[in-house]
Order: sequence, then C-alpha cells, then structure tokens
Amino acid sequence: MGKSIVERAYYLMKLGRVFEERAKEEYMKGNIAGFLHLAIGEEAVHVGATLAFGKGDLFVHYREHVWALARGMSPKTVMAELFGKKTGVSKGKGGSMHLFDPAFNFYGGNAIVGAHLPHAVGAAYARKYLGHSEGVLVAFGDGATNAGNYYESLNLASLWELPVLFLNENNFYAIGTRVDRASAVKELYKKAKEFMPAVRIDGMNFFEVFDAVSKAKEYIETEGKPYYIEALTYRYEPHSMSDPGDYRSPRELKVFHDKDPVEFLKKEGIKRGLLTQEFIKQIDERVEKEVEEAVQFALKSPEPEDKELYTDIFCEVCTDVVP
Amino acid sequence: MLYREALNKALDEMMEKDETVVILGEDVGFYGGNYRVTEGLYAKYGEKRAIDTPIAENSIVGNAIGMAIGGLRPVAEIMTVNFILIAMDQIVNQMAKLRYMSGGKVELPMVVRTPQGVSKQLAAQHSQSLERFFTSTPGLITMVASDATAAYYGLKYAIELDDPVIFLEHELLYPMKMEIQERKDFDPFKADVVKEGKDITVVSYLKMLHDTLQAVSVIEKELGVSVEVINLHSLNPLDMETISKSVKKTGRFVIVTEEPKTGSFAGEIVSKVTEELFYQLDAPPLRICGEDVPTPYNRKLELLSIPTPDKIAKQIIYWGRENGI
Ligand SMILES: Cc1ncc(C[n+]2csc(CCOP(=O)(O)OP(=O)(O)O)c2C)c(N)n1
Ligand SMILES: [Mg+2]
Repeated sequence: MGKSIVERAYYLMKLGRVFEERAKEEYMKGNIAGFLHLAIGEEAVHVGATLAFGKGDLFVHYREHVWALARGMSPKTVMAELFGKKTGVSKGKGGSMHLFDPAFNFYGGNAIVGAHLPHAVGAAYARKYLGHSEGVLVAFGDGATNAGNYYESLNLASLWELPVLFLNENNFYAIGTRVDRASAVKELYKKAKEFMPAVRIDGMNFFEVFDAVSKAKEYIETEGKPYYIEALTYRYEPHSMSDPGDYRSPRELKVFHDKDPVEFLKKEGIKRGLLTQEFIKQIDERVEKEVEEAVQFALKSPEPEDKELYTDIFCEVCTDVVP
Repeated sequence: MLYREALNKALDEMMEKDETVVILGEDVGFYGGNYRVTEGLYAKYGEKRAIDTPIAENSIVGNAIGMAIGGLRPVAEIMTVNFILIAMDQIVNQMAKLRYMSGGKVELPMVVRTPQGVSKQLAAQHSQSLERFFTSTPGLITMVASDATAAYYGLKYAIELDDPVIFLEHELLYPMKMEIQERKDFDPFKADVVKEGKDITVVSYLKMLHDTLQAVSVIEKELGVSVEVINLHSLNPLDMETISKSVKKTGRFVIVTEEPKTGSFAGEIVSKVTEELFYQLDAPPLRICGEDVPTPYNRKLELLSIPTPDKIAKQIIYWGRENGI
C-alpha cells in the first residue's frame, strides 16, 4: 500500500474523529439538535472503504458524517448542515441524518433502517444499464440484517448480477439490543454467503478494510456481481445523544478502546515507515484548524429563509402548478 | 407522574392481571423501551412476555396478529409511527380485514402502540403524523391518548377489547407531568369536553390539544368569546354525538391537528360536521393543520411547518373576525 494512501487515510480518520468530537460538544451547547449519531470508533471502516472504493455511488445510513468527509465533502458544509444552516449540504433541511450530494455520488444519510439497500440495488441496475463501470457501495448496521429489505436486496443483487458491495458495519448493537439477541445466525457474513462471496474482517484495522474493499471492488466491477463484507467495529459513543448507553460493560468498552482505529493506524503506519511523527503532528494541527473553521463557518452562516419551507418539494414545473 | 408512566402502569396492570398479555417490539424488553414506556416489565415478567424483536416491523405486527390468533393478547410497540409504514401491509391487508373476511370468525384482540408527531428537529423521516392512514382503513380502531387519564384507561380498554386497535401516542407528551384522574367509567369512544364554552367549538387531540388549551385565553380575550374544547380519545370510531351537541350550542367549529392539511383526518371530521350540522353553522369550519411539506430539520422552519399555541390563537382570531365574531 502506497504512502500517499496511508497519509490520506490518517488525515481523514483524524478529521472524522475531531469533527465528531466537536459535533458532540456543539450538541451539548445547543447548536446541533435532533438525533446525532456518532461514528467515533468506526473511522477505519468509513475511511478505508471510501478510499478503496473510488468514485462509485455510496448509500449509507444515518451514522454518516465520516463517510461524507471521506468522500471529500467539505467539513464546513457538513457542519453547517448539522447546525441546520442554509449553507449546509442539504440546506439545513436534512440535518445530521440526511447528508446528500449527488456531485459526490453520495446518497445519504437514510434514517429508515434497511430502506437504502433496495436503492443500492436499483442504482447498480441503472448504472449497469447505462454502461457505467463503477459499482455501488451500500453500508448498513448489524441491526439492518434482520429486516426483510436485507434479504430481498441480497437476492436481487445476486439474481440480477449487479455490482453491489454490501458492507455490513457490525458494531454489535442496534441501539440497546446486542447482535446475538436479534440475529439467529451469529456470524453475520454467513447470512449472505449463499448469495455471494462474503467475508468477515477486522474493521478497526484500516489496512484490512482497505485491502478487503479493494479486492471486493475489483470483483464486483470485473465480474459484475455482488460481494459482501462484514466489518467488525465498535461505536465508542452511545447510539445517539439521547441514548444513555448503559447496556455495555466497562470491560467491553476497554477491549475496543484498546483497538482504537486511529491509534492503530498511527502506530502501524509508523512501524511500516508510511507515516512519521512529524507528519502526524502536522495533520493533527491542520485538522484542529479545519474543524474550528467549520464550526465558525456554521455559526456565521444564515438560517434558511422562511420561504425555504416550501421549496425543494417538487421540480420547477410542479412548483409552478401546485399553489 | 409522567405521561409515559401512565402507559407503563396500564401495561403493568394488564400483564399482572392476564398472563396472555404480552408486549413485543424493538428494545421494549431488556432496554426498557426507547421512550421508557415499557421500563421494568422485562425484569418483572421475563423475556417471554416482554419480547425483544429485531428491527423488523412487518414481523412485529404480523407476529402479533399470529399471537392473537394463537390465543394471546399482544401489545406491539412500533418505536415511532414512521416505521409502522413497513408494517402497513400487515395492518391494512391483514389486521383490519381478518374479522370481516372470515365472516366474523377470526378475532384479533391486539394493540399496536406507537408515538407520532413532530418532536424536535428529528427531520422528515422521523417527524410525521400519520393518523389518516389508519382512520381511513375500515376495520381499524384508532385511539389517541392525549393525557395520562386517556393513556392509562384507554390503553387498558384497548388491551381488553377483542378488536385490533392502533393506539397513538405523541413523542413530546412522554416526559410531561400529569396525573391520572379517577375515571372508572372511562369510555374511549366518548370524547371529553375539557373546557366548556358557548361560542366556538375546538376539537383536538395529542400534542395539539395542549397547544390549543394554551391558546384559549388569548382567543377568548381578543374575540370576547368563550371557547369550548373537546378532547378526542378515538378518531375512528368518532364520537359525533359530543361534537354535534357542542356545535349546536356554539355554531362554530374548529379542528386542530399536527398532520399536513391535504388529505388529513381533520378534513374528514370537517366533512362530517358539514354534512350533519350545515344549518347549525354560523361560520365555515376551520382546519388548523401542519403545512403540506416534509418536516424540515432546521428549528425555525420546523416550527413554521406545524401549528403552535401562538399560531392557533392567531388563526382562530383572524377567522373569527373574518366571520363576524
Ligand atoms: C425501520 C426502522 N425501524 C426502527 C428504527 C429506529 N432505529 C434507528 S437506528 C436503530 C438501530 C440500528 O442499528 P444498526 O443497524 O446496527 O446500526 P447502528 O446504529 O449500529 O449503526 C433503530 C432500531 C429505524 N430508524 N428504522
Ligand atoms: Mg449496530
């Protein structure tokens, strides 16, 4: 793996980490409201997968800030969206759970568990039909693997031979329900194995995620068929800001904190001679600055105007005919 | 006590009394419910009666139907109304129709509880009032619990009933402090006149009932009238008798709901009032509803999208003046 990829990964993972820690603070201050789902602890999956996957369409669920940043969306417009400002990626109408930007092939930000899996299958169909070579990546939690949408999507992607990478982020919990209390099959990748190649990887390890997704991308784009990765990961924070999160033991938390993906990348990167202390220091400073700028941008941005309540419901044609 | 504790008390007492009563849903057991409505029931009644399900709403309702057929009295919780849409096939094609299609032979003593409405900045997919879909489906009873009394007695009534009930709560009511009034004869199919008045009838339920009550004194002062407020406990069947009695007295009818206006349940109730009481009306009926937009995240826009006490007062005052009050 090249030095530049690892450097980029460290920058994005650190950016995601600092961005979300700051988002949490801003939530406590009242600048952000509603449901805020943090992905602190899951950065290696979000960044590793995004970097390895290239430009293809991304469909992800509501825990998506780091995905968006990794895709190259600006920390400023993402933070502004969290603040509900006019300058936000979704003009302040969507908030934390609904980041969308087709310019980045980024399609949410979906807050209905499992609902975006069929979208990914449909998008892959359309892209293939229109002669594009890029595959589609859909990421979803362990909780989503028990929904009807999940099985329907695996079946169709396989039946129709579509280039979809199903990326299951198994962080062991769906709100307060541990994965083994909700899924009859405990190793989740096995729930896909009959439909497509399926593997389980360590999602705290950037290198492993990057390699697995690179391989998967190669497979779906050359074979034109789906592939499945279960990445074992962990969210250090509660499900959202409104979850007390008291269903996890301190011991369990420690086990996963010891595998902190950002720390791991730092250590491993230095060991492999791909990162230097000097570079890390530079990045850490740059990231602090960028996040501070993002917050200032969000704070200074205007609220959407009142008339925005009625815009973006329909295209212009219908906006003209609907009173 | 809190509104959510009144619901909890109803569930607890029914589970205590009848061992065929079970609850099921996402995080209702071990976790105690996302809004803490089912807190303590898992510890008290065990995992066979406080059943944690995966995220599979279609199965939650479908399984509850099967449980009811199999001899239990299930109370399914759908975490919020937004996710009930995944179970709409089970609700509309199955739950609402089995009694009728079977010539009355299959009975479904079951309840589907769920909170609806705009909470605070939860955005479009988590901020909806969907009563219209239930009230317009023949074969469904749609109850609403606007206060602790209706929550407690209404839910017990729903669980004892041999018909399927959609039981709607509101996310913002859960943490509100209120008491259960002693009402042994509580009948959810009879509406309550919560405030008497003689000039304007205002009907509401759930969060909007509270907002309406807050608006009343301003309206009375500005228009120099007295307002009668009716609290519905059931949307379908609807207690037209209480409404009719009130409108015959006041000659003016207003309905306040949080749902978007077009196609709303509010529209249905206005149709009924117009059909039945046309010649009693001294002013056109007024609907105060949410705007016809998906709910925005931004707080300012969110508040513009739904009625608030202030907007309710302003709209009624304006309408009153336009209509010669
Ligand atoms: C259809 C549906 N049902 C319920 C919910 C409420 N809900 C939001 S997140 C969540 C847990 C999802 O867990 P998982 O899929 O593991 O994703 P994670 O939050 O761990 O990233 C639930 C039940 C929802 N948003 N959509
Ligand atoms: Mg999870």
